[in-house]
Amino acid sequence: MATVSVPLRKKRRSPGRLVAEIVCCVIAAMVAFPLYWMVLSAFKPAGEIQSATPWTFAPSLESFERVLGSNGFGRYFLNSTIVAICVVALSMLLSFLSAVALTRFRFKGRTVLLVMLLVAQMVPVEALTIPLFFMVQQVGTSAPAFGLNQLAPLVLVNLAFSLPFAIWMLRGFVAAVPAELEEAAALDGASRMRFTWQVLFPLVAPGLVATSVLAFIHAWNDFLFAQTLIFSDVDNRVLPQAMRVFYKPEELDWGGIMAGATLMTIPVLIFFIFVQRHLASGISGAVKG
Amino acid sequence: MTTQIAPAAPDLEVQAPRRPARKKRDGRAAAFYLLPAGILLAALMAYPLFQLVQISLYDYNQPQASGAEPLEFIGVDNYIELFGDPQFWSVLVSTILFAAVCVVGSLLVGTGLAVLATRVRAVPRMLLFLAALGAWATPAMAGSYVWLFLFDANFGVVNEVLGMQGHSWTFERFSAFGLVAGEVIWCSFPFVMVTMYAGIKNISSEIIEAAQLDGATWRRTATQVILPILKPLLVIATIQSIIWDFKLFTQIYVMTNGGGVAGRNLVLNVYTYQKAFAGEEYGLGAAIGVVMTVLLMLITVVYLRTQRRSGWQP
Repeated sequence: MATVSVPLRKKRRSPGRLVAEIVCCVIAAMVAFPLYWMVLSAFKPAGEIQSATPWTFAPSLESFERVLGSNGFGRYFLNSTIVAICVVALSMLLSFLSAVALTRFRFKGRTVLLVMLLVAQMVPVEALTIPLFFMVQQVGTSAPAFGLNQLAPLVLVNLAFSLPFAIWMLRGFVAAVPAELEEAAALDGASRMRFTWQVLFPLVAPGLVATSVLAFIHAWNDFLFAQTLIFSDVDNRVLPQAMRVFYKPEELDWGGIMAGATLMTIPVLIFFIFVQRHLASGISGAVKG
Repeated sequence: MTTQIAPAAPDLEVQAPRRPARKKRDGRAAAFYLLPAGILLAALMAYPLFQLVQISLYDYNQPQASGAEPLEFIGVDNYIELFGDPQFWSVLVSTILFAAVCVVGSLLVGTGLAVLATRVRAVPRMLLFLAALGAWATPAMAGSYVWLFLFDANFGVVNEVLGMQGHSWTFERFSAFGLVAGEVIWCSFPFVMVTMYAGIKNISSEIIEAAQLDGATWRRTATQVILPILKPLLVIATIQSIIWDFKLFTQIYVMTNGGGVAGRNLVLNVYTYQKAFAGEEYGLGAAIGVVMTVLLMLITVVYLRTQRRSGWQP
């Protein structure tokens, strides 16, 4: 990464920069501290949880064992994973198709659709819990798999609410593929369908990965819709709800809660590190235009 | 919390080859490609939005929901009841103030750190970005509990260090809101920072050098050269933050245990949920939802206006 030091007044090493670097490191440590404390507390043995010692010489897995062994945490983890994977896969497919249509096809009402897509992002979907609750209840009477306390409606709801943004972000990636490629493919006799899947799709793949991480986080984090739609079936709960199970004001098991939080954060962190280069290039690439 | 920077990308299909029959053929193909997403959004967003308005016009409580009593159309009575309730106004005010604090906080911290990141060498910058990435990736639920633990009255490291054992940060209204705002800013400034950093890095150094050759001080370069270039990005980051912070649910719900003591830490989202699903007053809850939607739509209009003024088109 090349630096463009904004004020170019002094290019040489200056005491100012050293101060800035020290401040930078201190702030980085402060930002990382909650996460460090979370992981540390998860590994501390039961007796040390309450102490403010910022390290431990006897790391133990007992908190993790307690979490994984009780209250069906593993089951909830699996449920959350299933929901998130379904949302990611479907979101990639649907947003790719829509982004292609919105960027590479010219048709009446395109601008209207784009504005609607923008407006859709502003809808406070959290307010829709009430109608969606009744809707899912009703659907459930004829199609039980899509009714209350099932994972399928959760997938659809999370998919729908992460779509507008996914399409919007992917648009930039699809538009960045030069039109000459499309002309060349057409000259070679490739159909529109073939061009879309064999040329466009591989070229847009990094963008798809970057947008998919946002759909993943959306689904993985959702608590409100899970709490509303899966309110009584204990087996079909998802991870954010499981965290609530551990939080009992009477007997706070902070070690267990921190272990659970760590387990919940790890998949997102892995996903993030995996795609962060694409995410950054997506953002900066779009900015350049 | 996400970005909307994509629209700045060039619209390349303008140069696409154009044949007479193209528009019609394109229309059919586009409809086919857009159908799956369209159906989903119509069924799970547009239709429920319509139903939300509908439910808000009925006397809709548990007996009606279970079908024991017939539905009664009461027009705007739910809204009249809502607007006559002092609690609603206090929740509305605290929602706006709370969101404002979170938005301003994450913008200031994010932009400040983005500027700082351009002035340091690669290693400190990488450390900062790694830490920010971690905060960004932390799920709201996990982050809420971690912050609760850090500030726990008896076992929290903050009280231990400050020697304030037993002091509850979540009991008082302002300190509870402050604590939640701290967590929200912690996990939302990275988005602003990454966006603004990318923006600053993309300003060509020639522009800055030219300004300085003309004798501009660095303060003038910052306010009159760099800031105007970054403004469109800043607008996007601001509006995204407003939308995001206005709709917070998990952090408030978890950290203040459902809205604080006697509901003094409620925000509109949690208020809707409590009215509808805990109080079983679905009609009233839906009315709050409609008020919230209208408020955010107003922000949308402002957003589209600012965007258009700065020369952007979808």
